[in-house]
Amino acid sequence: MQLRASPHLHSGRDVPTIMRHVVYALLPICAFSIWQYGLSSLALIVTVTLSCLAAERISNKLSGTVNTLSDWSATITGVLLALTLPPAFPLWMGTVAGFSAVWLGKSLFGGLGHNAFNPALVGRAFVQAAFPTAITTWAPAFAPQRFTEFIPSTLTLPLMQPNDISAWVAANMVDGFTGATPLARWKFEHFVYPVQDMITGAASASTGETSALLLVLCGLYLIARKFMDWRIPVAVVGSALLLALAFRLFGGDEYPPVHLVLLSGGLMLGALFMATDMATSPVSPRAVWAYGAIIGVVTILIRYFGGLTEGVMYAILFGNALAPLLDKYLQPKVFGARR
Amino acid sequence: MNGEQPIHVVPPVNSLRMVRTLMLVTSLCGGLIVAVWQLTQPAIAANKKVVLERSVRALIPNAAQIVEYDASTRGVTPGKGDPADGAVRFYAAYDRHGQLEAIAAEGAARGYTDTVRVLYGYRRACECIFGIRVTQMKETPGIGDKIITDPVFLKNFESLDVSLTPDMRSLFNTVKTVKHGTKQFGWEIDAIAGATITSKAVGRGINDSAQRLLPLLVPNLEAISQKGGMQ
Amino acid sequence: MSSQPLQASNMEQLLEGIWKQNPVFVMALGMCPALAVTVSAFNALGMGLATTFVLICSCTLISMLRRFIPREVRIATYIVIIATFVTLVDYIIQAVSLALYEALGAFIQLIVVNCIILGRAEAHAAKNPPLSAMVNALGMGIGFTIGLFALGSVREILGAGKLFGLSLFGEHFQPWVVMVLPPGGFFVLGLWLLFFAWLAKRKEAQHGA
Repeated sequence: MQLRASPHLHSGRDVPTIMRHVVYALLPICAFSIWQYGLSSLALIVTVTLSCLAAERISNKLSGTVNTLSDWSATITGVLLALTLPPAFPLWMGTVAGFSAVWLGKSLFGGLGHNAFNPALVGRAFVQAAFPTAITTWAPAFAPQRFTEFIPSTLTLPLMQPNDISAWVAANMVDGFTGATPLARWKFEHFVYPVQDMITGAASASTGETSALLLVLCGLYLIARKFMDWRIPVAVVGSALLLALAFRLFGGDEYPPVHLVLLSGGLMLGALFMATDMATSPVSPRAVWAYGAIIGVVTILIRYFGGLTEGVMYAILFGNALAPLLDKYLQPKVFGARR
Repeated sequence: MNGEQPIHVVPPVNSLRMVRTLMLVTSLCGGLIVAVWQLTQPAIAANKKVVLERSVRALIPNAAQIVEYDASTRGVTPGKGDPADGAVRFYAAYDRHGQLEAIAAEGAARGYTDTVRVLYGYRRACECIFGIRVTQMKETPGIGDKIITDPVFLKNFESLDVSLTPDMRSLFNTVKTVKHGTKQFGWEIDAIAGATITSKAVGRGINDSAQRLLPLLVPNLEAISQKGGMQ
Repeated sequence: MSSQPLQASNMEQLLEGIWKQNPVFVMALGMCPALAVTVSAFNALGMGLATTFVLICSCTLISMLRRFIPREVRIATYIVIIATFVTLVDYIIQAVSLALYEALGAFIQLIVVNCIILGRAEAHAAKNPPLSAMVNALGMGIGFTIGLFALGSVREILGAGKLFGLSLFGEHFQPWVVMVLPPGGFFVLGLWLLFFAWLAKRKEAQHGA
């Protein structure tokens, strides 16, 4: 006789299934970025994902545990990580990012479910600290030769400085390319980026954060299939929106217009695909709302008052760190129990 | 505890022995320190002089001889030991013919991680700072340490206006670090984008030092315009 | 105690500090300088040698005075002696190389509070004759220096592409800025600890088989 602990009913939603659907939802975003940036983007996504899988396999071997490649989590880490990196990021740095994401962000904690921080963001934080210049070097979208040649910095030799892309940009005649993201241009020049550029993906940005609209559509798919807690993205975006609105109303022109806050940078990507990571977000509803709100508020505070132009990454890592605490203090009251 | 039992007696501490030991050890140590200080002091002073002269020479390549002075309300006096209260140390560089080439002085201000020290060169002819050299900093590599290498930033100091008011009481314009790309005037410093705190430290260090030094120095420049003119 | 076994134990004591009880990788003592000044191999060696000097001198002196120092004031006496030698090191480094002195900064003075030194004084020098104390201190000092060097060389190679200031990868090398920042110290220390733990585990497995 086989004895099993409750619950006995299986919903069919085990971890690999959910993870697989997250990968499906990320595919259109990958496709869009490849259409924008061509070969470089494709190579980056493939390389980073493969290095995450390799890192996972090696740590499986070293720790003598079962093969965990089939739970799709390393794949998601890789794809998400690639989407947060600049499109012309050197592939060798992408490999460093992939390995540090899986090893530093996940394996050291004991694998999937034990990690305190979102592995993809740990990887990005590591390369941000290691290569601050390369990770803020942006390439133009829709360059005419993007499907026939790599952006030069993509193919930089390992350990070497990224190849200069200015000659390539000039040769491709990309007009009006400044190499600065909408957020950076606001911070340093008070320049308001045209809305259509931020929707069609013509603005400089990380590989997968250029089109807020597409990100929302893909997120809606996961929410509709109930693979994702809708409260988190709503709380993150909502709190960021309210705070940005308040600053704009009471602070005036000192602060950026609200659409710039919503459409630019990684807010949507982070809110929909990274803050919602099941292992690193709280469980109880009240804690989830608080978690999302903290991420949204910290993002805005970093963007407006910090030295960095973009704050989503650190905000989510900060939220991850608070998640267990929020779960502990914002537990739903047991019926009839006194506080 | 049973009150009839004898209480455990702690053996009396011989405080005389303790004091004697400590005194002996401290005097032994004191002697050691003094001996080594005497032995190393000349070498340390020579080392410091070499480092200083190297920085001043890098700033003023024509300098054949470098003399230390202190500027205070009592005029300019040869600099020996640490400068007295209210006095500002500066270095006069003379060319091969014993003519005053330029003045160098050090400014310091708190940067992002630690104090940033900058040696700057001053010429009376243009009433300007014509170059700087960072002598000490621990700023973030790749960001703050651009103050040493960034050619655009260093261009700020090729002719930085530090002219005095007519009564020579203070600088006509405060030396100020401004946001990257907004420099308008000769006394402004264009900050490095992304390294504003470090850039500001450089500007503040120079301003603080120049505000103190130049009003004391400029009226007395004649006295030290030639080497040995002060004796 | 006969001199023959003492001779043997001296060798063992030397090796203890270098390998079995390595201050950095096994005892995890003196972490503050180990993380803070190891941005380059040169700084790491300088710090390691300075600490070794203070260790040997103070442990030898404390061992010589061990019967003479009353128990009640022993810590105060040790600290006075250690502080003396730290001051000497401070002067000597200034006289030898101002560049090294600037690079190590306050961490030279902070050798006073490095727990390896007081730990050795209390645990070993206070109970053993001068020769034994000296050998033990030498072993610990070498172990500490090796530990710092292991950290410093990795951080310099990745953080600047150099070793002892010599360029290894040519001028186009991309420095890993994080390695010369404080987090880099933690990362590299963690990697070394992982490596030694793995070595120990493997050795255990071999012995078991």
